[in-house]
Amino acid sequence: MSAVLFFIAAIGAITGAIGVVLLRNPFYSVLALAVHLVSLAALFLLLRAEFVAAAQVVVYAGAVMVLYVFVVAYVGGGEQLASGAVLRVLGPLFALALAVELCIAMLGAGLKGVSSRGAPFIPGFGTPRHIGQLFLTQYLFPFEAASVLLLVAAMGAVVLARRRRGLEAEEQTAFRIEAPRPAYTGTMAEAAGVRPRAGDEPLTPEVEPVGTTTHDATRQQGGW
Amino acid sequence: MAIGWYLTVSAIIFCIGAGGVLVRRNPLVILLCLELMLNGANLSLVAFARMWGGEDGQIFALIVMVVAACEVTVGLGIVVAMYRRRLPFDVDELHELQG
Repeated sequence: MSAVLFFIAAIGAITGAIGVVLLRNPFYSVLALAVHLVSLAALFLLLRAEFVAAAQVVVYAGAVMVLYVFVVAYVGGGEQLASGAVLRVLGPLFALALAVELCIAMLGAGLKGVSSRGAPFIPGFGTPRHIGQLFLTQYLFPFEAASVLLLVAAMGAVVLARRRRGLEAEEQTAFRIEAPRPAYTGTMAEAAGVRPRAGDEPLTPEVEPVGTTTHDATRQQGGW
Repeated sequence: MAIGWYLTVSAIIFCIGAGGVLVRRNPLVILLCLELMLNGANLSLVAFARMWGGEDGQIFALIVMVVAACEVTVGLGIVVAMYRRRLPFDVDELHELQG
């Protein structure tokens, strides 16, 4: 049973990883990464790491993926960039060599522990209770350092992605339309019932609507 | 399942991520491939924790997750800043880190 689950989850994780690299559209890459992360959480569960699996689903597949999806939607996908000819050949070759090397290093090392089924069952292994106890006693300093790091990263992201002053003025002038519309053409000012102000010269509508009086008080002014 | 299977899967995931960092040129996808590499390392850490029956490896994996979240936040902030300044989304053309 655990072997079947392992192979399903492992195939899902590897397929998702390949999809991240090979898919052209960045949005599809993000979705493939979500598949990969959920499969990896299943692998963590098989390794009796309940809390890590839950954190993986909540933090990664939840929060980080939402961040990615928002940024991809904001920036816009559609990358049709082909990589350089040298790296396109050498990159996969390097990855393959690295995989072979890692497998030799880990499986051929002759470590007795690697080929075993692991430690005997310990009650409560990997539960939030144990992890929390370790975090607040033995690993208190990494815990606090991680919180400071998260704060620094959040502030850095705000500083990096904020709207700059000079650019804002440029964008606003670029999008402004400088021509007022004539009266009786369905502008928002007419719909809101704006009367002409004292200083403005009254605008005469070019086309007089049928059946309306042309008193000065009811004369509408064109707006934006 | 023996621990070696998990280590093999983690090695494969890590290498796919490394190859993706080398091949792709979009910075968004490069960040995704970095996530893949960190996840491969996470899987081997959790597998080693299972192998020795101690939770220290899981603590390490959680810290790696926190660091990955920070890296994603700052990286995506840089991507958004690049978009605002209308820079090209190509890491080959962005080899100067000037403000």
